[in-house]
Amino acid sequence: MRIAADPYTELRNRLFEAELLFSTGVDGLYGRSDTYQGIADAVDHLMHRWGHDVGATVVHLPPLIARSTFDSTDYIRSFPDLVGSVHVFNGGDRDHVELVRRVSAGGDWPALLEPGEIVLSPAACYSLYPMCAGRLPAGGRYFEVSGYCFRHEPSTDPTRMQAFKMHEIVYVGEPDTAQRHRDDSLARGLSILTDIGLDVTATPANDPFFGRLGAALAAGQLDEGLKFEGVTAICSDDRPTAVMSANCHRDHFGAPFGIETATGAVAHSACVGFGVDRITIALLVRHGFDPSTWPGPVRARLFS
Amino acid sequence: MSEERVLRDQIRQVIDEHARLAVPIATLDDQADLFSAGMTSHASVNVMLALEDCFEVEFPESMLRKSTFQSVAAIGAALSELQSVSA
Repeated sequence: MRIAADPYTELRNRLFEAELLFSTGVDGLYGRSDTYQGIADAVDHLMHRWGHDVGATVVHLPPLIARSTFDSTDYIRSFPDLVGSVHVFNGGDRDHVELVRRVSAGGDWPALLEPGEIVLSPAACYSLYPMCAGRLPAGGRYFEVSGYCFRHEPSTDPTRMQAFKMHEIVYVGEPDTAQRHRDDSLARGLSILTDIGLDVTATPANDPFFGRLGAALAAGQLDEGLKFEGVTAICSDDRPTAVMSANCHRDHFGAPFGIETATGAVAHSACVGFGVDRITIALLVRHGFDPSTWPGPVRARLFS
Repeated sequence: MSEERVLRDQIRQVIDEHARLAVPIATLDDQADLFSAGMTSHASVNVMLALEDCFEVEFPESMLRKSTFQSVAAIGAALSELQSVSA
């Protein structure tokens, strides 16, 4: 008798069996099929049209971020449990011999590596802020950024990947406009997702702060209304999955990265971020595993 | 010096070292709101850990709220409660 899996593992098994995702042997790290990637690219393109509408500068980012940039984001203070750091080999011949010996013997070879100048990027927009250092033009700037991100939270829930694609529309500039970008983006994002047949609702949200006081920090973020998510049922009606978030950062990035408005004040920023993989999986669950059978209007929005 | 006074002075010492207030703690009374005085949420984590080291206690989950660390008086009340339980 086959024992019923939890709904998360069950969905992942179905995605594996349909060869939409491929197992790498590590929870949260998957290969994508051409069909899957075609949907993900179409979702990316929806965001790209948005970026074009607001005159955003487009920046495609690598999945890695400069360590110095990472340090300035203060990420380690809030989310140490999600971090991945790149370590490299800087040794000589003798160190190399020992390295190979340890690999062969199943020993602790990573201990011989040293931190490199890069860290795995936990959010697409982080790499953007040092590029904005200095004085912004009047009215600020819009950016469209996308790239793979990493968060160390291995899970059998296929929507909770360790390596996943994020696509963001970011505003950097005046405080009022930043707040408005957050609010308008939430509405526009929900509308885009509704138009492709997803039942998405907005909910105040908090980041998963680390530690024993994490819940208290999260409560503060909720009280201040800084973060909203668009959530939709994928594996569970009771615990819907966030597929987008709209965040007001205030001066959290403007201050450490020395970004100024046209009048010399510390710039504020806000972003709307889309989890491209989560939206892709939500579409597969909602409309079926064969995109050629999806409703005409949904296909038209995504693929034409 | 009363026991309570010693406790308050120790709490003020921890706050001085870890809360990163915008103003000296000496200028604030025991009821003053530390968050309003510039203590960030993250600094409050440092204060919590330093208090646990200093007083050899562990704040239970029921006390892990911002209000527990809101003022010298609030911290004093929480510590008194913990110490009376362990005494």
